[in-house]
Amino acid sequence: MKCVAFSPQLHPTDWDGKVSDIKKKIQSVLPGGAWNPLYDTSHLPPEHSDVVIVGGGVLGLSVAYWLKRLEKRRGAIQVLVVDRDYTYSQASTVLSVGGIRQQFSLPENIQLSLFSVDFLRNINEYLAVVDDPPLDLQFNPLGYLLLASEKGAAIMENNVKVQRQEGAKVCLMSPEQLRNKFPWINTEGVALASYGLENEGWFDPWCLLQGLRRKVQSMGVRFCHGEVTRFISSSDRMETASGEEVTLKRIHEVHVKMDRSLEYQPVECAIVINAAGAWSGQIAELAGIGKGPPGTLQGTKLPVEPRKRYVYLWHCPQGPGLETPFVTDTSGTYFRREGLGNNYLGGCSPTEEEEPDPGNLEVDHDFFQDKVWPHLAQRVPAFESLKVRSAWAGYYDYNTFDQNGVVGPHPLVVNMYFATGFSGHGLQQAPAVGRAVAEMVLEGHFQTINLNPFLFSRFYLGEKVEERNII
Amino acid sequence: MAAPRAFLHLASSIWKWGPRDIRGLSRTVAPEGSQRKGRALLQFLADHFYDVEALREYLFRKQVLKVHQKNRSFTHIKEQYGPYIAGAYFVLKQGGAVKFQGQEWMQSNGRGRFSLDFFKFQAVPVEAVDASGCAINYQGLDNLLALKELQSLSLQRCPHVDDWCLSRLHQLAGSLQELSLAGCPQVSERGLACLHHLQKLRRLDISDLPAVSNPGLTRILVEEMLPNCEVLGADWAQGLKLGPEEQS
Repeated sequence: MKCVAFSPQLHPTDWDGKVSDIKKKIQSVLPGGAWNPLYDTSHLPPEHSDVVIVGGGVLGLSVAYWLKRLEKRRGAIQVLVVDRDYTYSQASTVLSVGGIRQQFSLPENIQLSLFSVDFLRNINEYLAVVDDPPLDLQFNPLGYLLLASEKGAAIMENNVKVQRQEGAKVCLMSPEQLRNKFPWINTEGVALASYGLENEGWFDPWCLLQGLRRKVQSMGVRFCHGEVTRFISSSDRMETASGEEVTLKRIHEVHVKMDRSLEYQPVECAIVINAAGAWSGQIAELAGIGKGPPGTLQGTKLPVEPRKRYVYLWHCPQGPGLETPFVTDTSGTYFRREGLGNNYLGGCSPTEEEEPDPGNLEVDHDFFQDKVWPHLAQRVPAFESLKVRSAWAGYYDYNTFDQNGVVGPHPLVVNMYFATGFSGHGLQQAPAVGRAVAEMVLEGHFQTINLNPFLFSRFYLGEKVEERNII
Repeated sequence: MAAPRAFLHLASSIWKWGPRDIRGLSRTVAPEGSQRKGRALLQFLADHFYDVEALREYLFRKQVLKVHQKNRSFTHIKEQYGPYIAGAYFVLKQGGAVKFQGQEWMQSNGRGRFSLDFFKFQAVPVEAVDASGCAINYQGLDNLLALKELQSLSLQRCPHVDDWCLSRLHQLAGSLQELSLAGCPQVSERGLACLHHLQKLRRLDISDLPAVSNPGLTRILVEEMLPNCEVLGADWAQGLKLGPEEQS
């Protein structure tokens, strides 16, 4: 009669590894060792997690939400969201002006935005939590008004045709119609304008963030306040069909370092999602993306870097009234109404030469005087007399390659997925991008919206997918 | 959105509590009265038992689906009899009243029954719709927006009509002369701002809107926005604080 001394799963050759593990544990328990059962480890992340999402802004939380929503069985996937700043003081999400529009030139962008606006409209069905009050996004459905000069009129007409094909409700207006509808505009230099009639406007991004946070917590996603400092990965050398050698990497562990301390926790994971916004480039470097001879796939870095943008809030007593849409001028200057007290928010994207230093979030008020105000006053004569109330700065997760998002897995680091690089329109596409990344992770391909043009490989192949207008 | 400094204070106070209590903060809006004890019991059960939580989520989803079912579009009727009949059928089914051009008001009786002889008015446009208290939402509005000669629309006390619905009303800009939104709990000044498309509007009722933050100021701004329209709303002096020299 055979007596089974070990549990049936243990193969005899595993025993040596187990013995050394037990020895290490005993050593740590003895005085001087690392294990202290009375030490509170509730601030540390768990030791294992199926998916680790680096970055807890709207994109990261959106991916977490859709992963939990599209999982096949309840509780099948353990998700951990790691963010190093729980106050979100530098996060692009909360510093954003909060606009959402469908007036893009790429059909993928339009589809992303259409689904996102659908999500926002039904947010109290998607993000409902039992016993919690419904969310009030404070959505202003006033539309975007994009102005084009003679040069841009043909492009704008083309764009509007594509937008209408995808289902966006946009109309074109001549300068005469503009003057009738919005008498406070000076139409000098404007050849054509496109006006979004429905599903465009602005909302409160903080509310969306809190709603997502509350819902994903109720779905069982763990949060950790810490910084990702290291990825432990293993490499495999394989040959492609044509005989070339490729090194594929797989991330096994993520080291999460706690705030203001040297303590770190290695989190064993299967998939890492890079949703770190303006700092995604640094996270990609940690994973070894871009470490190779330039011009090869190993040497292609993730071209996302932080770019500082200013937003100014001013008061103008004779300014445009309640019906003011989100106006984008031919010069790139934009503004929108804020509240009922004749306050307006606006700004402008600086040119490449004027890019401010992204090291801090200090506001340059001279930029408003020199670059923003003249254009505002030219377009809306009432803005000649205004008073700046306050200003702040935020980061764009700027994709230096083509200013559109990066979505999907990396070809070499096989279990890192990107959801970043949206260069100023990440917030308005976040719900749809979250769903796309979740589909990619769970199914292996995009199911609802085809975002194949936004994969990482386009940086190596040199295929730019560029938009005509960005704000 | 105000300057972002405001949220820092809130976020740090959330973090002092454990992860469980993030939801607790949003429950600071406490229901008054005897409902509180029943609510507290339900909350306790949902917090501690997965089955109760799942059951309550299921019941909530059923409620949502019921509203969706009421707002489904009647494509068959629309194809067969035209948009006017489909719109009228939709309104009557919800419990509202409809008036064809040259005819009297038609409404379902107390038990939701109504006669189907308006089906013969295929070419007669619908002139007025009274959907007070009906469960119309964004989807259901499709049926009303097809009525291109609608002159008077009353959406008083509709619980699911919100700012998104108002942003769709621009499709009726060619004909709508009278609109009433009194008592809608989800309509705010942001939705009222989209009414600037309705240039033919002559009467607008925006009284008693609980979600509007500044009823008096909103009324003035809406009057400026729609100069040819008579706006019934809150008194503009409501909410004004007397200055120190005016206080007796």
